[in-house]
Amino acid sequence: MKAHRHTRRKIISALASTLATVAALLVIAPLGLVFYHLLVSGIGSINWDFFTHLPKPVGEVGGGMVNAIVGSGELLALAALIGVPVGVLGGVYLAEYGDVRMNALLRFVADVLNGVPSIIWGVVVYGLIVLRFKSFSALAGGLALGLMMIPLIMRTTEEVLLLVPNGYREASLALGISRWKTIVHVVMKTASQGIITGILLAFARVAGETAPLLFTAFGNRFWNHNLLEPIAALPLQIFTYAISPYEDWHRQAWAGALVLVVMIFLINTVVRFLTRGRTVRVL
Amino acid sequence: MAIAISPRAAVAERAPAARYMKPPRRWADRAFRWLTLAMALAVIGLIILVGWQLAVGSHLAVSRFGFRFLTSSTWDPVSEQFGALPFIYGTAVSSLIALIIAVPLSIATAIYLTELAPLWIRQPLVSLIEMLAAIPSVILGLWGIFVMIPWLRAHAFPWLKSALGWTPFFNGPIYGVSMLAGGIIIAVMILPIITSVAREILRSVPNLQREAAYALGATRWEVTRIAVLSYAKNGLFGAVILGLGRALGETMAVTMVIGNTPQIKASLFAPGYTLASVIANEFTEATTDIYLQALFEIGLVLFGITILANLIAQLLLKTMKNAMTTRAVQ
Amino acid sequence: MIEPSITLPTMIEPASPAQTRTPQQPAESARAAFNVRSLSIFYGEKAAIRDVTIDIPEKTVTAIIGPSGCGKSTFLRCLNRMHDLVPNTRVEGEALFYGSNIYAPDSDPTIIRRKIGMVFQKSNPFPTMSVADNVLVGLRLNGVRKRAVLNQRLEKSLRMAALWDEVKGDLHKPGMSLSGGQQQRLCIARAIAVEPEVLLMDEPASALDPIATMKVEELIRELCTDYTIVIVTHNMQQAGRVSDRTAFFYMGKLIEFDATERIFSNPKEKKTEDYITGRFG
Repeated sequence: MKAHRHTRRKIISALASTLATVAALLVIAPLGLVFYHLLVSGIGSINWDFFTHLPKPVGEVGGGMVNAIVGSGELLALAALIGVPVGVLGGVYLAEYGDVRMNALLRFVADVLNGVPSIIWGVVVYGLIVLRFKSFSALAGGLALGLMMIPLIMRTTEEVLLLVPNGYREASLALGISRWKTIVHVVMKTASQGIITGILLAFARVAGETAPLLFTAFGNRFWNHNLLEPIAALPLQIFTYAISPYEDWHRQAWAGALVLVVMIFLINTVVRFLTRGRTVRVL
Repeated sequence: MAIAISPRAAVAERAPAARYMKPPRRWADRAFRWLTLAMALAVIGLIILVGWQLAVGSHLAVSRFGFRFLTSSTWDPVSEQFGALPFIYGTAVSSLIALIIAVPLSIATAIYLTELAPLWIRQPLVSLIEMLAAIPSVILGLWGIFVMIPWLRAHAFPWLKSALGWTPFFNGPIYGVSMLAGGIIIAVMILPIITSVAREILRSVPNLQREAAYALGATRWEVTRIAVLSYAKNGLFGAVILGLGRALGETMAVTMVIGNTPQIKASLFAPGYTLASVIANEFTEATTDIYLQALFEIGLVLFGITILANLIAQLLLKTMKNAMTTRAVQ
Repeated sequence: MIEPSITLPTMIEPASPAQTRTPQQPAESARAAFNVRSLSIFYGEKAAIRDVTIDIPEKTVTAIIGPSGCGKSTFLRCLNRMHDLVPNTRVEGEALFYGSNIYAPDSDPTIIRRKIGMVFQKSNPFPTMSVADNVLVGLRLNGVRKRAVLNQRLEKSLRMAALWDEVKGDLHKPGMSLSGGQQQRLCIARAIAVEPEVLLMDEPASALDPIATMKVEELIRELCTDYTIVIVTHNMQQAGRVSDRTAFFYMGKLIEFDATERIFSNPKEKKTEDYITGRFG
């Protein structure tokens, strides 16, 4: 009787293990499917035109997404102007100064901010800038992305700074080097690779965002010449083309998606290379 | 002998060789500290900014519609009647579907990764899941429109209808774009975060617990169930709520597959609309002030529920961390 | 004279430090670098050291010994205000450095630390810097720019730390690529480069092998002609080899302070004798 019950327990255990393995396979299946279709549908449309031409007028076949690719780059640069200094310096404060309770509160708020849907950032910047200047603009788009980056970079910077052993701080101060120079020239220098990694991860995360740009950067069929004008961005362009009724635009949407995914994965691979042997929290 | 020199001067004059070094500027330390403090306080500023902008941008709608905003299901820009119920319904149902699909898969995968998988599989699998997390929402939506929806319309939905059509959820016309499609795509988006957080939680369960259970003769599954899962209950629940928070705010992929029709239908095959989707679709087409304010109010509602979900999740994760440190001390 | 119950294999034979020093600095009448008066430091409510009064003579080696937890490292760190970094600490009493109280409200700890350097137990050359950069970091970050001055200090500090010959071939290799003993000497060179007057050493050789330890001890004996050295050590034999005067701490209090020879051969306090003879560790 006991043996029978024991066998039953073993069968249940084996069943549970099998289910768990199946689950793991199901979880990564979408990755494979998406990649497969990206390649199959997108690779055919990646050609020289795609990277060098502007979009053609509505309904016409051909053209490219060069303005969207460059536009995304511009927006990321603008975002970095806000996100990087505020995020890094804020992370420095959390790691090097402050008292336990206030820092816990700041960390908590940063984590909550990281959970705010990205479209809300778009709504906020719309009210702040677009309404005021009565136009969509690259500035607004960059600001929306930059504000998103701040809590991300703040937390990753703080984490890597806390990993720097205290011995280095002590040694530096013992040489009569002032506190701020100790932090900047010794601590941050030691953690520099980690700080850069955190910034790159924020880039990768923000580069694919569409929602905050829908009514800030808005998109542009032509080149943007002025930061106060609307600007094209790769994810925006993909979205516009995908929901359109034109076959050719669908084809280009896949191509754009492939380019975007390759860009993001390149950044992630660089990060992985820089942090080989150490753990970095991605999500 | 006893000349009154200030301590600073006295200490400084002792070693003339140090003449080469510049005296430290005391204001520099204080300035740097203030600078970094100001930057850190930016997060407080940000959250206040968001709340304030949403409140200011929606105050007209709030005062005109009041509580009816949340209970009315009429969304008619032409007659300036705005009720958010269809979107609340859509967000709730699509998120629920997403959780039903994603939570068992994620937790099972997390268990697989921490307890069952051979060591050589673990890192590659984790990397693959991180790659899934890195896929932007719009690209998943693209795949959703051109690959997932046609397949659902042609195969999965008819099968579901034939098997479960007697329930109110699975009858009704099949279009492809639907509440169910929305829920499925959200599930794909939240799988990575629930898996990754759950995995961290499970990994932090001290090995002592597992060893004790094994020593008592428990099978693999029993060890997992008794020693690991019950210990990690709070943390796992926190992971789920974190996933819920992400699901509530998911915008692009959902907009592309859910159909964007403001209606409340029992059938999961019917198109729906979420809070995030309506903002995405209609914001730039809001011609009147009250229309825009209504959309701002939708943003306020969305902000509120995601903050709430994230707060609960953070608290749950924190109680798990606290419980672990107190237990470790013991 | 109480018979020790255990015979120590190396009953301390002090290396007659007076003989290795230049004749013009007799130990007894040296000017005091530090006059510490009733110094206590509190972590929260607990006193880590209590009511310590001691005069540390300049240009000598003073060793601080005692069992674990007796406060010797804590006391050492009081001398260059390293406790400023730890929250919730409070200092009472005075510590005069050549007559000026380093704990006076308007004294600048940064300047103090340029005069009073420190070498730590675990050698910590900065990981992103080369040998040369490590040595010069104190000078550079304190505003010294002139190439000539920097190069001269670099060579001088490395020579004084007995490291010059070993690294002069490649001064730009990473500081971390040196051996353990070399790294510690690099840290000493780094501390010397800013030309302090005092070198505080917190168990500088405890992580080193015997040969490296010997080199560091030789270094300490050479350096004491130019610097006041205060060294914390848990190794009594080392204290005997290296120091002119020795202070014995127990449970946060200074029990006895005297010439090294006298402490080890004829201590006045029973506690000191018990520790020296190994009755407790």
